[in-house]
Order: sequence, then structure tokens, then C-alpha cells
Amino acid sequence: MTAPCRFGLAVLLTLARFPFPVSRVLTAQDTTKGKAVYVKWCAGCHGDGGAGDGPAASHMLPRPRDFTGAIYKIRTTASGQLPTDQDVLRSIDEGLPGTAMPAWKDRLSERERRDVLAYLKTFSAFFQDTSQHIVPLTFSKEPGGARSAAALQVGRQFYDSIGCWKCHGKAGRGDGPSAPTLKTDPGEPIFAADLHENWRFRGGAGTADIYRRLRTGLDGTPMPSFSDLIDQKFLTDEQLWRVAQYVRSLSPERAPEVRDVIHAPRILGGLPRSPDDSAWARVEAYWFPLVGQVIRKPRWFAPGVAGVWVQAVHTRDSLALRLEWDDRSESPDTAWLAFEGRVLDHLASDDSVATRADLWPDQIAVQFPRSIPAGMERPYFLMGTPTDPVYQWRWTSTPRQAAAGLARGVGRFEVLGAGSAPGAEARFADGQWGLVLTRALATADTANELQFEAGRAIPVAFFAWDGSNGEHDTRMAVSAWYFLALDQPTPPRVYLSPVVAMAVTLGLGMLVATRARRRAGAGGAGGAGGRRRA
Amino acid sequence: MRKLGSIAAVAAAVLVVALAAWTRQPAADGQGAATVTGKVKFTGAKPTNPPIDMSEEPKCKAKYTTTPTQETVVVNPNGTLANVFVYVKSGLPASAKYETPKTGVLIDQDGCHYRPHVLGIMVGQPLEIKNSDGILHNIKAKGVKNRPFNISQPTTMTSTRTFSAPEVMVPLECNVHGWMQAYLGVLPHPFYAITGVDGSFTIKGLPPGTYTIEAWHEKYGTQTATVTVAGTESKTQDFTFAAK
Repeated sequence: MTAPCRFGLAVLLTLARFPFPVSRVLTAQDTTKGKAVYVKWCAGCHGDGGAGDGPAASHMLPRPRDFTGAIYKIRTTASGQLPTDQDVLRSIDEGLPGTAMPAWKDRLSERERRDVLAYLKTFSAFFQDTSQHIVPLTFSKEPGGARSAAALQVGRQFYDSIGCWKCHGKAGRGDGPSAPTLKTDPGEPIFAADLHENWRFRGGAGTADIYRRLRTGLDGTPMPSFSDLIDQKFLTDEQLWRVAQYVRSLSPERAPEVRDVIHAPRILGGLPRSPDDSAWARVEAYWFPLVGQVIRKPRWFAPGVAGVWVQAVHTRDSLALRLEWDDRSESPDTAWLAFEGRVLDHLASDDSVATRADLWPDQIAVQFPRSIPAGMERPYFLMGTPTDPVYQWRWTSTPRQAAAGLARGVGRFEVLGAGSAPGAEARFADGQWGLVLTRALATADTANELQFEAGRAIPVAFFAWDGSNGEHDTRMAVSAWYFLALDQPTPPRVYLSPVVAMAVTLGLGMLVATRARRRAGAGGAGGAGGRRRA
Repeated sequence: MRKLGSIAAVAAAVLVVALAAWTRQPAADGQGAATVTGKVKFTGAKPTNPPIDMSEEPKCKAKYTTTPTQETVVVNPNGTLANVFVYVKSGLPASAKYETPKTGVLIDQDGCHYRPHVLGIMVGQPLEIKNSDGILHNIKAKGVKNRPFNISQPTTMTSTRTFSAPEVMVPLECNVHGWMQAYLGVLPHPFYAITGVDGSFTIKGLPPGTYTIEAWHEKYGTQTATVTVAGTESKTQDFTFAAK
């Protein structure tokens, strides 16, 4: 920066400190414009008065932010302090993953976003209180060695000793002993974050984001700040970074990409029927996000299961699907009954009869058409229709069993006859279900049961219910249609053809080269003459 | 002889400190010598407090011989109510300013309980948050007029925080142990008391005037009374909360 430039900046900064009339006028304009943006885009959830009580709010958990209290989760300031403008802008720009708050950076101009920030600060007197000093914490740089076993071991050690597991669970899936009791400041039920799904972290998925949340806490939630521990030398700043690195290591390197087709390789030997069979380690896993069922009443806006990991293999005559999904409780679980009650109390219901908390089981359903469609036509994704049913496998945790049947719309499930149920083996451990469903590719009941064929695109969809979250019947998480493809065994020609092709190419190439050399040997003048003739 | 000398020295020191404290007293309009005292009575059926299952925390559980319960309603053997925050709500001279005590107010996390359960503090006075249990607690202050905070204390330690605005009450809670709750009354003056085992309270040092005295209880809400005191007068003002 040149000297005059620096001087100019200094003057500007000095001027900016004085509340001279011009700046006041500008601020007023900002909030007026900000109000217009707010009314149009934000009030539907956050409410006209900014109290987080817009018309859509009662369908949401977590609730939209109440701006009147000026309590913000995602900050760079100490617990209890107001956020910086940058902190609030970040949440506006990037949105809050895993919630209904979208990213606005591509929908609103920068000016609009700054104006709306100025306006939402008017909802709380705290922002006008000059005794509030908004100072971001000083954050150190991440120490190296993030992925080394030694670093992760230190991280794990402090994850245990500072008590992360009390809420987040031994394996980090939000299933700790205190998890069912957690509430926000206004008393809404809140899940401890599943640390295996960092793409859903509100304040960002990276190690530095996690470190910042540990330093600042998430105000308004049970997540405290751990900064005092560094001040009191219970642990060092580097050790807190190790906790962040350990937490980061629980999630995949990259957020899972949703792919349309599950490839089921053909395997030799026996079908892996147990969820803990070592054969599954060699099979690719596909992630399918699930969303609340909001089509059929009573609708469900707060599903407990965010998605399901699916793997598939087949043998000459059978198919095995392994489903794994994170679920904080092995339902039914009385420890979660009060939590479930709070969920049902806080969500607006469009049910004719109020649902009370009860001991529901966990459930999952895998859906196929009755036969592989010839074209693109598929049955209605939401469990078919009375005239065009779908073939489903349904599994429940209590009694722990699976059934096969035809669904003719939500709420109509006809179990097929004896012997139709798929094989099912399940285990629950540390906030995760693992379930393997198996069936013969071909069955006798060709009218109702899908006949699996290799080399075809077989439509498949998934549904999940978290019983401890009050989910049953229409209160469930749903997916779109995807495809399952049973890969055909590789014919020998696949291996032979490239070799033949290479040999042919080599032979032809040598032939051309030999002929060219022979021509060249016949005389350069001839070649030149040829060009003249042209 | 030497012993007598040291006693004299200590006495002199105490006198000097007392004198210094006395001379530092703010304008006379804020201080006085009147007293309001009374009892908080309880009528009706005594409710049972829910028991606490501490099996997740053996270290806390070991501190009890009988099943610990919550402290929502503590009725004393003499039929009075404990944990009532009684304070001067209004009536003090507008110009009166009260010095913030340098000594802190202690809240201890002991046996997975907050001790005490109800506290009073002045604006700016340090709240010393101690963890005697040595297991993970977090303490969250859910003020509305004060900025909320939430700090983690996974070991034996003490953290200090202050409050910037009067607020009756600021709820305190631990999210690891959902039953742990306490209430903190933040005032700009020192005229408050909390009823204890005999259900009585005493507010001393009031200047002459007419005051609204409020009694606050976490379950039964608030009651107010108007009391006029003059000079060194002591007046009695009882409150009665009825079971709901």
C-alpha cells in the first residue's frame, strides 16, 4: 500500500468513527431498505417483529432465530457476547446446514444482505447498548499433524476428559446419556450434533470451524464454551485443536455426493448376511438423504434420520442390501419419552387427534416396483397408489423382524404370504443401526414380488422412522426414487478384447511404418516431385 | 506482652479498615438504618419434589445417603418457605448509587446440586462459579436483560462472571444434569435477602421511605407489599404462599 493510499484509509477510518449526521442518514436508509428485504424474504420464518415466530416457524425444529434476544449460535466472540457483523453475515451468506435456513449469497445482492443485517440488529436493544464491546476472540492457527494417529489419540483423550461424550456419545453420534434431556433456552428439544455428519454442522464443516465452536460455544443451546479451560490450564490451546481434529476425523473426507445408481457387484462365495461381515468393507457405500414427509397429512417436518448409507452385493441367485443409518436411540427407549413429548408439543400438527408421546419402534422400509419397468414410468414414490402398488420390505426394531408386502399408498400395507419376508439381521451400536436384508433374486410369486435381474436399472426408494422422535405412520423420513443395478458378471471377452485390440493396433502401425520407410527409401526427389505435381 | 501488642495492632487495623469503609459510604440518601424483616409462610399441602436418578454420576450419588430430590419447593419444619428471594423492588431514591462489593458471591456445584439454590448479587459483583464435584458440569446463565453465557467446567475449577443489568431472576442451569437449576437475582442495590431454614428474612440499612417489597418464588411466583419505614425503625412484613 502506498503512503497516500494509507493516509486516505486512515482518514476514512477516523471519519467512520464519528457519528456525524451523514452516516446516521445512511444507516436509516439501510434499515429501511433492509426492512423491505426482511419482510419479503425473512419474515415468513422469523416473524414480522423478529421474534422467530413467523407463520412457518411452528413447523420447524430447530426454530428460526429469535432476533429480539440477540443470542446467536455461530459467532467468533466469547460466550455471552454479541456476534460481530461478519458473524451474522456469514450465517446469512452460507445459511445453516441441516436446518431450514438457506444460503442467501446467491439470492440477494451484497447490499441487500448488509441492509437486512442492519435491520435485524434493530430488533434487539443490545446492539444499541454502547457498553457491549463486540470483540472477536483471538484464534490460533491449526497445529500440523492433523491426521497423524498421535494427534487423533490426543484428541480422543480430551474428547473423553472434557466430557464431549456426555451429550455427543462415545462414538460421536449424538447419543450420549444427557442427549435426551437437551433443550434450547426457550425450552425446545434439541439434538446433540451427530459428529459423523459434518456437512450438517451449522457453523461449517472444517476443523477450524469446529475449533471455533469449541471456543465460543453455541449460545442459546446446551453447547458450552471451552475457553475457560485454556485460561485455567486444564488443557492447552493445541490440545483443544486436537479435539477439533478428532471430531473432524469422524466424518468422511468430503460430504457424500448423492449418486443415482447403487452398483451391486457380483461376489463369489456366500452372501454376507450379518451387518458386521467383513465382506462389506470391500463394497462401495452410497448415501441417500432423507427428508420429512410433507405431502400426506399428518405431515412431518422434523425427521430424526438424516439419511441412509446403502451397500449391495449379489450372488448367482441372491441379493443382500446393507443399510446403515444414524439414530440416537434404540427405540423404544423410555429415556427418550420426555424428549419425544417435547418434540410433539413444539411441532404444529395437522392431525385431527393430538398425538401423545409413546414407545414407538424404529423402522426402515426399502421400496421397489412390483416388476422392473420397461421405460421411465415408475409407481408413485410415496408408497404407490391403490391401483399401482409398490413392493416393500419393512423392518421394525420391536418386534425385531422384517416383512414383505404391497403398499397401496401411505397407511395401506398388505403383508404377503408366508415365506415372503426377506432375511434380516440387525445390530444397534453407539447410535447407529446396521441392517442386512437378503432375498433370492427370483421367487415364485412373480405377480407381487419383484424379480431381480442383473444388468437392469431397478428403481429403489427408502423410508425411515425414528420412534423416539415420535415417528410412526405418516410421520417419517422419505427419499426420492433411485436405482439399484446388479452388475453382470464380467464376461471373458472384456479381458481379451483390449489385448486383441492392442495387438491389431500394433500390427497395423508397424505395417504403415514399414511401408513408409520403404517409400522413403525409393527416393526423396520422387516425393518432392509429387508435391510439385499437385 | 508481645501477644497483647499484636492484638492491639489487629484491632487498630480493623478500626482503620472500618473507618475507611465508613468514610467511603456514598451519599446519605442511599443509606439508612431502617429494617424490614418478616417470615414467608406456606399454607396448603406440601408438594413432593421429584427424586433425582444420579446413577449416571456415581461421584455425586456417593454424596447422599437417601435419594436426592429437586429443590423446587422447600417447606421448612416450622411451616415456612425457604428459597424465597425478598428484595426492594422500588422506592429507593433515584439518585442513590451503591458501591459494588469486591467480594464475590459463590455458587458451588456439589453433589450435582447448586449450592445455594437461590442467590442474590449486585450488578458488577463477581459471581464465582465453583465446581467441587470434579466431574463435567456446564453452567448456563439464561438472562434476558443480561447477556446469557454457557461455560464448560469438566474438572474442579472456579470461573468468574459478572452481570451488567438488574434482573430478577436469571435462571442458571446445567445441561449435563437436567435437574440442576438455580436462580440468581441481580440488583443495583444491596437490599435483598433469601429465606433459609427458618423462613425469615431481614433487609437492613434502608433509608427512610416507602418501599415496594417483592417476594419471589420459583414455583409460586411473586407477591408484593408496601412498607414505610422511618429512621432506625424496624417493620415486620410477612408473606404467605399457598400450595397450588
